[in-house]
Amino acid sequence: MSESTLHFVPSQDFKTRAREALDDPKLRKSFRGAMDFLQGKRLAQFPDADELEHLRDLGEAIRQHALANLPDLLVQLESNLTAAGVQVHWAETADEANAIIHRIAQAKQARRVIKGKSMASEEIELNHYLAERGVDCIESDMGEYIVQLAGEKPSHIVMPAIHKTKGDIATLFEQHIPDTPYTEDVDALIQTGRRALRQAFVEADIGLSGVNFAAADTGTLWLVENEGNGRLSTTVPDVHIAIMGMEKVVARLEHIVPLSSLLTRSATGQAITTYFNLISGPRREGERDGPREVHLVLLDNGRTQAYADEQLRATLQCIRCGACMNHCPVYTRIGGHAYGTTYPGPIGKIISPHLLGLEATADLPTASSLCGACGEVCPVRIPIPQLLVRLRTEANRNPEEQVAHPLRGQGAKFSRGEHLIWRFWSGAFSHPKAYRMFRWAATRLRALTPAKQMGWTQHRTPLTPAARSLSDLLKDKGQPE
Amino acid sequence: MTALTARERMLGRLRAAAPATSATTTTEIDGRIDAHYAGCAPIADGFEARVASMQAALEASHAEVWRATASAWPALLADKLAQAGVRRLLLDPSQPAGAALKQALPPQVEAVGYDRPIEQWKAELFDTVDAGFTVARSGIAATGTLILTPDAGSPRTVSLVPPLHVALVHASTLHADLHTAARTERWRDGMPTNLVMVSGPSKTSDIQQTLAYGAHGPRRMWVVIVDDIDAGSQA
Repeated sequence: MSESTLHFVPSQDFKTRAREALDDPKLRKSFRGAMDFLQGKRLAQFPDADELEHLRDLGEAIRQHALANLPDLLVQLESNLTAAGVQVHWAETADEANAIIHRIAQAKQARRVIKGKSMASEEIELNHYLAERGVDCIESDMGEYIVQLAGEKPSHIVMPAIHKTKGDIATLFEQHIPDTPYTEDVDALIQTGRRALRQAFVEADIGLSGVNFAAADTGTLWLVENEGNGRLSTTVPDVHIAIMGMEKVVARLEHIVPLSSLLTRSATGQAITTYFNLISGPRREGERDGPREVHLVLLDNGRTQAYADEQLRATLQCIRCGACMNHCPVYTRIGGHAYGTTYPGPIGKIISPHLLGLEATADLPTASSLCGACGEVCPVRIPIPQLLVRLRTEANRNPEEQVAHPLRGQGAKFSRGEHLIWRFWSGAFSHPKAYRMFRWAATRLRALTPAKQMGWTQHRTPLTPAARSLSDLLKDKGQPE
Repeated sequence: MTALTARERMLGRLRAAAPATSATTTTEIDGRIDAHYAGCAPIADGFEARVASMQAALEASHAEVWRATASAWPALLADKLAQAGVRRLLLDPSQPAGAALKQALPPQVEAVGYDRPIEQWKAELFDTVDAGFTVARSGIAATGTLILTPDAGSPRTVSLVPPLHVALVHASTLHADLHTAARTERWRDGMPTNLVMVSGPSKTSDIQQTLAYGAHGPRRMWVVIVDDIDAGSQA
C-alpha cells in the first residue's frame, strides 16, 4: 500500500474549505443522511429522559473525579500495569510518542504494523512518521482502511468513512484490491475488506490500538469495538502497543460501566457494542496466544495545558462518542475534513487549540452559532458552548496580557482596532450617561454610517442605527425607560 | 543535576494544577453508581426473566440461541455443526464441556485442540478452522452478552478467528446487568490478562451506515443457554 497519496491538511484555511464543502451537494447529502441516522439511533437508546439525565450526571461526576485525581491515577495505573508486565511510556509531544513507537518497532525489527482504530495515533500522524522510516502501517478498522486506501483522513471520530458513498467505496476497492469487481453490495464490500486484511493480521509484527478507558485500580485497558479488528490487533501479533490520551484513566474498573453505556448509546445508538476487550497484561506463562509484549504510551500533546485551567479542564472529560458532531448544525453541513484537524466538530473546536495552538486553530471556535446542541447531548456534560466562548476570548486577548494560564497562541486573532472598539463599546454600555450620549449621537448621525463595514458587509447589508432608539419609542407609548 | 524526564514534567504540570482535594471521594462515586443501577427498572428480575432477556437480546444482535438441558446440549450442537458443514472445530477437550461435545461429534466433524502456541500454527488457524467452541464464565441478561475469560485451553483467538463462534452459557451464571456482573464477580480484586465481553457476531456499519456481519471476527454466533437451575432453587 502506498503512503505517497496521503496529504495532510493544515488547520488554516478553514473558511475556504468550509465554503467548498457547502458547495458540494454530494457531501452535504452524505452527512445530512448519516447525521439524521445517528441522531435517531441515539434517541432510541434513551427512551427514559430521567434515566438519561441521571446517567449524564453520573458520567460527569466520574470523569470529574478522575480528572481531580489524575496525577495519582496515572501513577497507580502505571504501577499496576508495570507489575503485570506492561511497559508504560510517557510522551509529552506527538514527536516523542512517534519516536517511542518507532524505537519499539526497531527493537523488534518490525516492518509491518496492523492498526486497530486509534484517534490518538491519527493525532500524532503515526502512519506518516513510520512510513518515512520504512515501517508500514495498515489500518484494519473498515472505515479507517477505506480512508487509508483513498489517501485521506477520517472525517468523523467514530465513523471515519462517513463521507463516502458505497459507490465511492466500490470504485476504490475495484482500483486497489486485486480481483475485485465493482459492486455496491455492502455485504460483498465488507467481505472484500475482510479478505484483504486477513493476511495482514497473520503477517503483522506489531498490533497498535487506541484505548477507550483505563482503570487505575486493576491496571486494565478497556477497548470498545464491533468489528473484531481491535481484538485481532491486540491478540495475534507478538507485540501490542496501545496509545492513549493521558486523560482517559478513571479510578476504578467499575466506574467504566456507566461510562461504557453512555459511550455506546451516544455514539452509535447501541446498548452495547459487539466486543468489550479488557486487557490487563501480556500473555502469561502457559497461555497460547496474546502478545508477549504489551506497551502503553501515555500522550500529553497539549492536554496538560487544558488541565491547568479550571474551566478548560472540562475539555478532558470527553469520552470521544462523537454525539456533539452528530448534532452540530455546522458539522452536519461542512463535514469533518473542512476543519483540517484530527478531531472535527464541537469537540475538535475545543480540544484542537490545546493540541495545535490557537495560531493554527483560532477560526474553529468561531464556527459555531452557539445553539447549544453539543452541550445538550454531551454524555459527560462538557459545557462546550461556554468553552467555545472562552477560546474566542483567548484568541482575541492581547498577546502581551499576563494571565495565570496563558494558552499557546494567545491573541492569535487579536487586532488593536477591534480591541479599541470593544473597549469603547463596553465603556459606553457600563455607564448610563455615556450610553445616552452615544445613543443620542448614533441616532442623529446615522447618515454617516459607512456602507462598507469590513467582514460584516461581505455577505450582509450594512448595519445602520435606527432613527429613534428603542427607549424613545417606548417613551412615546408611555412606557417607562 | 539531570534533566527531568517526560514523565516528571507531565506529572509535575498535572500536580501543579490538580485541586488539593477532590469534590467527591471514590466511595461516594461507588455509592452513586450503585444507587443508579438500583434505581433502574430491573430488566431481568428472576431466573426465567434473565434467560428470556438474554435470549432476546442475543437474537436481536443476530446470534442464534437455543436452550437445552445439561444432558441434551452436546447432541444438539453436534447435529447443528454437522448440518452447517463444519469440518474442523476448535475446542478444549481437557474441560468437561469440551470433552462432552467431542464425544458427541459425528465422524465428519474433527475436534481440534489448541495445543500449540499461536505462532506455530497461525496460518492453519486462520485458514482451516471452521468453528471455535468456548464456555462463557457468565452472561449479562440486559444486553445479551457473554463474559469470556480465555485461558490456556481456550485461548483468546478461539472466539475470534474461526468464522463461527459456538458458546455455552449456564443459566445460573446470568447477571441482570454489567454492573451486577462486575460487582458480584469482584472484578476489582484482580483481572485475568484478558476478559472479553461478546454480544453477537462481529459487525460493522462503516459503509453508508449499512449493517453487515462478519467484519473481522466470526460471521455467525451460536449460543446454547444450559438450563442448570432446578425449579426448587430458582432465585
